[in-house]
Amino acid sequence: MNENVIVRDDGFHADDWTGAMFEIDPAAEIDLDAALAAPLVRVAFAAMTDGRGFTIARRLRAAGFTGRLRALGPLVSDQYRHARKTGFDEIEIPPALAARQPEAEWLRAAARSRRDHRSLIHGLDATRK
Amino acid sequence: MSLDLPASASAAPAPQADAFDAAFLAERAAEFRDQVARRLSGSLTEEEFRPLRLMNGLYLQLHAYMLRVAIPYGTLSAAQMRALAEVAERWDRGYGHFTTRQNVQFNWIALADAPDILDHLAGAGLHAIQTSGNCIRNVTTDALAGAAADEIADPRPYAELIRQWSTDHPEYLFLPRKFKIAISGAETDRAVTRAHDLGLHLRREGDAIGFRVIVGGGLGRTPRLGSVIRDFLPEADLLPYLEAVLSAYNLAGRRDNKYKARIKITLAEMGETAFREMVETEFARIRPGFPPVDPAHFAAIKARFPAPPAPRAPVPLPPALADFARNLAPHKVAGHVAVTVSLKPHGLPPGDATAAQMRALADLAERYSRGEIRISHDQNVVLPHVAQIDLPALHAGLVAAGLATGNVGLLSDIIACPGLDYCALATARSIPVAQAIATHFRDLGLEAEIGELRLKISGCINACAHHHLGHIGILGLDRAGVESYQVTLGGDAGDAAALGEIAGPGFTSEALIPALERLLRAYLAERAPGERFIDTLRRQGPDRFRAALYAGGDDA
Ligand code: SF4
Repeated sequence: MNENVIVRDDGFHADDWTGAMFEIDPAAEIDLDAALAAPLVRVAFAAMTDGRGFTIARRLRAAGFTGRLRALGPLVSDQYRHARKTGFDEIEIPPALAARQPEAEWLRAAARSRRDHRSLIHGLDATRK
Repeated sequence: MSLDLPASASAAPAPQADAFDAAFLAERAAEFRDQVARRLSGSLTEEEFRPLRLMNGLYLQLHAYMLRVAIPYGTLSAAQMRALAEVAERWDRGYGHFTTRQNVQFNWIALADAPDILDHLAGAGLHAIQTSGNCIRNVTTDALAGAAADEIADPRPYAELIRQWSTDHPEYLFLPRKFKIAISGAETDRAVTRAHDLGLHLRREGDAIGFRVIVGGGLGRTPRLGSVIRDFLPEADLLPYLEAVLSAYNLAGRRDNKYKARIKITLAEMGETAFREMVETEFARIRPGFPPVDPAHFAAIKARFPAPPAPRAPVPLPPALADFARNLAPHKVAGHVAVTVSLKPHGLPPGDATAAQMRALADLAERYSRGEIRISHDQNVVLPHVAQIDLPALHAGLVAAGLATGNVGLLSDIIACPGLDYCALATARSIPVAQAIATHFRDLGLEAEIGELRLKISGCINACAHHHLGHIGILGLDRAGVESYQVTLGGDAGDAAALGEIAGPGFTSEALIPALERLLRAYLAERAPGERFIDTLRRQGPDRFRAALYAGGDDA
């Protein structure tokens, strides 16, 4: 593999996106209107420890973004639920990471419970998958 | 394992051990087991594993791994204390170390044992989640919560709400830097809210409960007292306001330099006004759509914290226990006191408790404090609800366990970090220095005479022992391979929160104690009757005291 891999709830995929893509670099000023109008927004993570993308995703969804939301960068499978909960649909990971952390690990992460204290607080179903 | 709830039905239920959390903790323990396995198989690199293990409370120290277990809002049941004793005995060297942030640390852990320990803790409703790493840490509060005579409202239901909200919050697990929250519910701030990334001071206006919100406090290499950014935040706005602060910080905090990444630097660099505007703008945006806290859920949280005991007839303290009076704090209910059990016996490491002592505390708590135990930020243990009539029996029990040191608030009630004995970041020893100071002044017979004195010793610039807030603070540095102890004067962790000022050049470890003795003798000579060290210092200014410190040179 030398292409990036797209990870979704059902495992690894090759990139199948051919339309326009709006890129967000958390370090730069974000043009929110342009992002909201895009069919796919890709938010870059410089490192797994740089969590700015999670806030950006949540804010985009809160602002009404309904398109496809993709995280790009070296996130690990343990962060899959955080990405999904903040509004990402998928993660685009580099090939070396996909080789080291095979699809089975990501499938396991995707199947893991999303038990959520915040839903509990607000009286919503807190154990939904 | 002795994890069954104690026979005494009056014991407080483990507040966080409800079914939801029990399942959550079990899942997290299983997840961590999987992460350790994947680290060993190479699927996770050390760099990837590090933030994951830190988020589960596991640090790599000088000699071994250290596991930091959270004691949410400092409240433990007797059964939970016994679970800690078991960890100390089975997986450590028979003791644990209580910290200034209501955590307990086990210093000699094998990485391979960590998943079993987390399972064991989860069985008692305890965990190490978010006790480390760049995330929202254990929420701390007043050790006298629910008991203190000057309490406005018990802060613990709010602390628990914040704990739930911040646990595995998907947005805030990879912040620029760690984020510490403290909440005080009493008139007197015993939670050091001004030295936290975010401090909440509970207030009442008429019937309404709200919070003074303080942001950007912190010690370390750039000590700063927090700024008030809201004077009265209505209770219902608490979570959306926290969301606004955290998401603003997550985006605006610096990520290019870890020494400039705390929110105190964000605030200082942006300026208070711009920072407040950024938070308020985000708050205004999210507040209307923010789901309210389910009233039934919050009522259930409140119900976990039992009402204080019923009043009893007041009983005067027997004269034989006069020295123990320092360890007693006024209680909101007649005939009761809150008892601080000092973990600072002279000459032993401050904040340490053996497994046997933990079990003794659990037994005594069941017998005399409704099974409730608190851990204070002064690294002591509090039995919050003791009837005055039980004090002689409790005292006898403490004597038998070697826990009856009557030095709360005195010079030997020192806060000291682990320092060079354990900590990989340390530049000097702190525990041995604390031991030497405590025994020196005890042997001089001056300790009681000196009276209230807050002495804090950190083993490096990270200031884990809050030395800037000590009436006397000591910072151990490394000067060309030699330990050098820098003294700060005039700090205060209480309502009159203040950062101490550096007195001058550092002392060698040999010169430090004579210098402190000169300083304190100068105080005894200058003080007005009944005046505390800190008050004499404030009244007279530091010059006289600086002169006394350096009267012997700095390495004499
Ligand atoms: S102050 Fe320094 S030496 Fe002490 S515990 Fe903190 S990091 Fe370690």
